[in-house]
Amino acid sequence: MALHFELVTPAKLVRSEDVHMVVVPGTEGEFGVLEGHAPFMSTIRDGAVQVFATANAAPEIIQVRGGFAEVNEKGLTVLAEHVEG
Amino acid sequence: MPSLKELKGRINSVKSTQKITKAKQMVAAAKLRRAQAAAEAGRPYATRLAAVMASLAGKVAGDSAPKLLAGTGSDQRHLLVVVNTDKGLCGGLNSNLVKAAKIKAKELIAAGKTVEFYLVGKKGRAPLKREFPTLIGAGFDTSTVKTPGFAEAEAIANELIAMFDAGQFDVAHLVYPTFKSALAQDPTINQLIPVPAPSTAVEADSVVEYEPSEEEILEELLPRYVRTQLFGALLEREASEQGASMTAMDNATRNAGDLISKLTIVYNRQRQAAITTELIEIIAGAEAL
Repeated sequence: MALHFELVTPAKLVRSEDVHMVVVPGTEGEFGVLEGHAPFMSTIRDGAVQVFATANAAPEIIQVRGGFAEVNEKGLTVLAEHVEG
Repeated sequence: MPSLKELKGRINSVKSTQKITKAKQMVAAAKLRRAQAAAEAGRPYATRLAAVMASLAGKVAGDSAPKLLAGTGSDQRHLLVVVNTDKGLCGGLNSNLVKAAKIKAKELIAAGKTVEFYLVGKKGRAPLKREFPTLIGAGFDTSTVKTPGFAEAEAIANELIAMFDAGQFDVAHLVYPTFKSALAQDPTINQLIPVPAPSTAVEADSVVEYEPSEEEILEELLPRYVRTQLFGALLEREASEQGASMTAMDNATRNAGDLISKLTIVYNRQRQAAITTELIEIIAGAEAL
């Protein structure tokens, strides 16, 4: 089982896939989300979301601006107002 | 009775009108597909945001709720945010929107409230100004960009929130067209500010950790929610405009076709009448000899 990760902007659904881990730039510090993470909600600051497809893979970096992240039993959802790249 | 030459000119002018309406119809059909796709792509964000809002707003209630959620405590001054199109040639879309806004405004005025308008798009300004010359406030011009996007929605939302913070109104309603199909676009009125509290009580089952606190997250979330609402309205407007335009232009093309065939019959009949008269004259002349 892997973590279900969704990245959504007002214009479109950017990502919806199963990954190993995602590191999110929270307002009060970066946090990594693996599968089975406790329910959690945080606003995010402008920065890079790092997506690790597998445990050893190099992270894929997505720049986001403004938004928040929600972790629930279904996975991680990042709502961002702007996504670059 | 118009002369043959006049009739011919008439037919030609209707034909060129038909060409224009036909072209506009095809352009609208092509744009409609894109606008519809954009409207659909925007939905996941809106639904997710609404879900998060609902779960948070249920928890943060009472005195600690931010002003955008709780309101100013009175509902005396209303602001109607009317989203119209910038271009015409789209049938009754704009007049339906204006009609809905007028009804709402009259209702509020009858209830003793003060009403002000905030207009997005060009086409609503003239008819509303005729009806309520003193109530037209600020507005936002979307005609400068080709397709209004999130940046425009953000600008509108920021202006509205600044007006709210400055205490210029208590309640804001958003009037915009909802795109149902190319034939039907219904004017919709939603309360925008204060953000309506979710009607469904969310069960507080799981223990969710918040970072920073719930209040702070909610405070950040509410302007975002307003922005998303406006963005959704702009997308709906775009799709509605193209849909209405397509239908209206289709009708116009068909009407022009009908008119052309009617005029052609009149034209042929007159030409025949002229020929017959000439013949009779020739025969009468020959017989007289």
